[in-house]
Amino acid sequence: MAAKRTIRTIPAERTPVREQPADERIGGFEEVSLGYDEAEAAREAQRCLFCADTPCMTGCPVSVDIPGFIRKVSDQDYRGAYDTIARTNLLPAVCGRVCPQESQCEAVCTVGATLEPVAIGRLERFVGDLAIANDWARRPFIAPTPYRVGVIGSGPAGMACAADLAKAGCDVTVFDALHLPGGVLRYGIPDFRLPSEVIDAEVANLERLGVRFECNTVVGRLFTIEQMIEEMGYDAVFIGTGAGYPTMLGIPGDSLGGVLSANELLTRANLMKARDFPMYDTPIPLGTHVAVVGAGNTAMDAMRVCLRLGAETVQCIYRRSAAEAPARAEELHHAEQEGVEFHWLTNPIEVLDDGQGNVSGLRCQRMELGEPDESGRRRPVPVPRSEFVMRCDQVVFAIGTNANPIIGQTSKLRLDKRGYLRVDEDLATSMAGVFAGGDIVTGAATVIEAMGAGRKAAAGILRYLGIRDESLAYDALGEPVFGIAPHEHSYVRLRAAEPETSPTHRTAVTAR
Amino acid sequence: MQSSSDDLRSTSTTPAPRAGVTGFPIVARHDVSDATFILEVDHPLMARAARAGQFVIVMSHPEGERIPLTIADFDRKRGTVTLVVQAVGKTTREMQRTCQVGTTLHGVAGPLGLPSPLGKARTVVCVGGGLGVAPVYPQARAHKERGATVIGVLGFRSAELVFWEDKFREVCDELILCTDDGSAGIHGLVTDGLELAMERYPDVGEVVAIGPPVMMQACAEATRPKGVHTVVSLNPIMVDGTGMCGGCRVRVGERVQFACVDGPDFDGHQVDFADLRARLTRYRGEEAQALAHWEHACRRAENAASDTLVSELPTPAGA
Repeated sequence: MAAKRTIRTIPAERTPVREQPADERIGGFEEVSLGYDEAEAAREAQRCLFCADTPCMTGCPVSVDIPGFIRKVSDQDYRGAYDTIARTNLLPAVCGRVCPQESQCEAVCTVGATLEPVAIGRLERFVGDLAIANDWARRPFIAPTPYRVGVIGSGPAGMACAADLAKAGCDVTVFDALHLPGGVLRYGIPDFRLPSEVIDAEVANLERLGVRFECNTVVGRLFTIEQMIEEMGYDAVFIGTGAGYPTMLGIPGDSLGGVLSANELLTRANLMKARDFPMYDTPIPLGTHVAVVGAGNTAMDAMRVCLRLGAETVQCIYRRSAAEAPARAEELHHAEQEGVEFHWLTNPIEVLDDGQGNVSGLRCQRMELGEPDESGRRRPVPVPRSEFVMRCDQVVFAIGTNANPIIGQTSKLRLDKRGYLRVDEDLATSMAGVFAGGDIVTGAATVIEAMGAGRKAAAGILRYLGIRDESLAYDALGEPVFGIAPHEHSYVRLRAAEPETSPTHRTAVTAR
Repeated sequence: MQSSSDDLRSTSTTPAPRAGVTGFPIVARHDVSDATFILEVDHPLMARAARAGQFVIVMSHPEGERIPLTIADFDRKRGTVTLVVQAVGKTTREMQRTCQVGTTLHGVAGPLGLPSPLGKARTVVCVGGGLGVAPVYPQARAHKERGATVIGVLGFRSAELVFWEDKFREVCDELILCTDDGSAGIHGLVTDGLELAMERYPDVGEVVAIGPPVMMQACAEATRPKGVHTVVSLNPIMVDGTGMCGGCRVRVGERVQFACVDGPDFDGHQVDFADLRARLTRYRGEEAQALAHWEHACRRAENAASDTLVSELPTPAGA
């Protein structure tokens, strides 16, 4: 092994990632960031100091063994790097792209105290993409258990929960209300940030673990959670239905033509492929001058979609300053590069009517920052006599979301005042065997936090079902045993290859 | 209980999600006019779960759009739900062509929305006009089943377009047909029928009106002076149908509500119909574009087919 790395010996500069030029990319939905190649990944991996106290792991909501996988990247053992990540995070290709690393692992990176932090997210994506290209999804031997678990919602929380349950031998079915699995990864995050092939690959990985996906299934309405437990033979249920109910602007004119939620815009563009209208049937409203209210990741996505659909100007309106914007730093940067105009400390107060029921402009007022509010951020207060009108023909609002109401309407589960599910520290709800996690418990958060909650709930479900935690046994397989590499003895296939053994429910769900 | 438990376990929950060959089979079709057709779709679990007033989101093919359709009937024994489609835009006109018995729908999600709150009124008038005739049927049946006196008021353009008259007579104590030309029932609009019903039954405690927005608004105005509670079923533009996009937001009284999860039934005296109508016309340009694109593609396909036929004709001797 080479001499010990120090802050003086490692490459000082963070390895830049190649990107599609802004003027080219806004013509389409190709992914913006091209990711590292092998040489770039090797160079960036050189920058990790392999700190003994691993601050980066504590910064990660699911405690990925970051120095461990980077060491394997340095050693060019990419398969080993993938196995290291996959022990705690099944979706590295997704998380490498969409996690806010600058506020998690990279925020606490030791190198970051002196230089720019190690580009952990880009390295993770490099490994995740290699895993997809080479089909490395971990397929450990799984001893089947007699338990059936239903997972409601196929977003990040549901997928992570399903993966852990399937690996522990449960018979897992994931239900989704939409016609394709993936949840917010599919309907919310655009292809130029997270290509749908990546979601397809991660879904296929889960299917290889024996997980079944049932789309077009609105749990609560088609059957209830009570029915799943009492009549349909599910031993436990995980609820990961998210917080997708958009918050309205609540200002005069907010139901005019041309005013829509970022959720609607993104769902039309991403899930329904309205960007290819009329090849696909779903239309999308095309604004020439678009104003987007909000500065989170959803707002950034909405703005960049509008630019790609042909908007001439896209303006971002946010009542606080750039420092408080909740979006990932990289998203803000990309939006700026692509030509979004930012109006910080600006608050919309009225959508103006062109006389025919459509938007002609947005009346705004300037804000300034006052005392900190309960979120710890300085509260914006209006500047007197600062009103002005911004010309626009479309207003998109991305100012937050609320709990989806369907589960609350159709079950007796205890909710809090805002409609989120009440859970204990194991993420168990008020009904025995029913667990919940992700945005439906915490309110809108990040993909990785939802995945962390899904995994935590899976652990709770396994304890509830009395299934032994075998992760210790699996971890031992991370290193060669008796000189045999782990993938040679642990990648035995199980359920998918077996003949159908319990026709009552197995054929039931696949009959059509 | 044993049988019902077996029933749920052995009922197909949904088709396999992404395989191209699967879907929801259409088991019967009935064309009631040159534009309106009724589809019966095999979906046993949905038939079990559906209640009066709910709707489904249908996607006819993988490149299609998601459209809301009210559940017009459900048959728990046959395991089917019935949908009524009016061929007005690209998607519905395409469905009129392609949705035949033996074919499948790509996606059917539901039953969505809150079931109609049936109330306790002793006498109920169920008004259906145009596309609303079929969806008002399960409401009439549900009110009958709970023991109310039910008066049906149905509007059609003329006698030959009347459908489901027998079905309604089975669940209604009195049925008033209204036609634009007087060829069946009374000569007039459904509001005339509603006025007549309220004259004959002074104790009417609830009116359910389903149809085009302008008709529902007229019914709500007809009952407002008498203060009779009037329920209308709204069908605005939706994408997901599960409370996610906010496209179906409607103004009801002072509040903004989502038709998909807070409705689709609302108090007709509170609904802002002008706002509803304006929002329904949002995509008129795009709808026309989609229709033109589709019709062009159809013509091309037909021309190509006839070209093939011509080329397959035997070459005339001596040519």
